[in-house]
Amino acid sequence: MSQFEQSPSQTIGPFFHNALIQMTDGQNVLVNEKTAGQKIIITGLVLDGDGQPVEDSMVEIWQADANGYFNHPADPNQAKSDPEFMGHGRSQAVDAGRFSFTTVKPGIIAGEATPYINLRVFARGMLIHAISRIYFSDETTNKSDAVLNSVPAERRDTLVAKLDPAELIPTYRLDLNMQGENETVFFNP
Amino acid sequence: MTEFNPINWKTHPPYSHPPYRSTEKRGPQKKLLPLPQKLSELTGPVFGEDMLGEFDSDLTRNARVNGEPIGERIIVVGKLLDESGNAIPNALLEVWQANACGRYIHKVDQHDAPLDPNFTGCGRVMTDANGEYRFMTIKPGAYPWGNHENAWRPAHIHFSVFGTNFLQRLVTQMYFPGDPLMPLDPIFNGLPDENGKRRLISDYAHDITTPEYALGYRFNIVVNGPKETPFETKEA
Ligand SMILES: [Fe+2]
Repeated sequence: MSQFEQSPSQTIGPFFHNALIQMTDGQNVLVNEKTAGQKIIITGLVLDGDGQPVEDSMVEIWQADANGYFNHPADPNQAKSDPEFMGHGRSQAVDAGRFSFTTVKPGIIAGEATPYINLRVFARGMLIHAISRIYFSDETTNKSDAVLNSVPAERRDTLVAKLDPAELIPTYRLDLNMQGENETVFFNP
Repeated sequence: MTEFNPINWKTHPPYSHPPYRSTEKRGPQKKLLPLPQKLSELTGPVFGEDMLGEFDSDLTRNARVNGEPIGERIIVVGKLLDESGNAIPNALLEVWQANACGRYIHKVDQHDAPLDPNFTGCGRVMTDANGEYRFMTIKPGAYPWGNHENAWRPAHIHFSVFGTNFLQRLVTQMYFPGDPLMPLDPIFNGLPDENGKRRLISDYAHDITTPEYALGYRFNIVVNGPKETPFETKEA
């Protein structure tokens, strides 16, 4: 029995943009010119149970740097992490429900099989955020990933961002379907 | 690596809460799948004091144009803890709220109440070495919303909290003691247990109240703590 109990979540509501987006500009760009690694774009739509864009939603990502390291004391390799990369990103989805990040392709974390990014989505109408992941369609090592393999085969695609060959900067597309037949897999870590 | 307690669904609200109508089309409906806690769950962004502006934690000053914002000045203090009672230092808190009239500066807020030219209702603060924070603001007003006939949100301040890792992330709302709108609010009532509701209501804090200046409120926040492992006998 814990000494203290968790403070419960409440919805982010419709009015978060001034504080969470505008007050720190550019949180959806995780890289600068000195950041190591392959720059990529990840973009997609947040869609509700009717397939309609969720414009008052916000997506946050958390990822390793290009070598698979985190600039965080829990990572034994923190000293080797890229000082030009924090790994945290935040994007609003006001533009017809579209979120977008400019980041680097993460490296493979020690002990893991394939690269991925952690994701959270917040929205008006959600009393608590939802947790998911982004994998990459051009990684053959995905087939060895324990988490992907734990997901029923017919739902795995909801976690895999598709590389768009038409774009100059490698661009991965992944929509977040909050509900419905193709509901994105959400996790309870 | 120390694992952390999962989200306690006995105290956090569910994705679907029909009285809050917008939940019906937005939250996941399929069962959440398990996710092992690895380095990517046990790490998170490390923020520095240097990202904050001088008046970020004083909402009565950080948006002044031609005077002071209107309304009742309040000081909000509290401690950020984990479930084991460990203080969480150097953590970023972001807050946003309506003005004293119940109006947000936000462009989609159409409530017919005056904007305050000297108040944006946005602030940021970091916890100190003891996990404590303090900010100054104006007491927010109640505001109407379209959920149902004559629906009003109780006065509240939105909080966004980063702990030390991915699992400790929390977005919540702080309420004020004695607000008669709380029992009528589908968002507050989305909370499944009474103790959880109690934890989101701040306490009036006379020790924080500053004579001739502002009233004090205390709001402690608790996020996931490390899993307490059963005692193991050391092998000889
Ligand atoms: Fe609000």
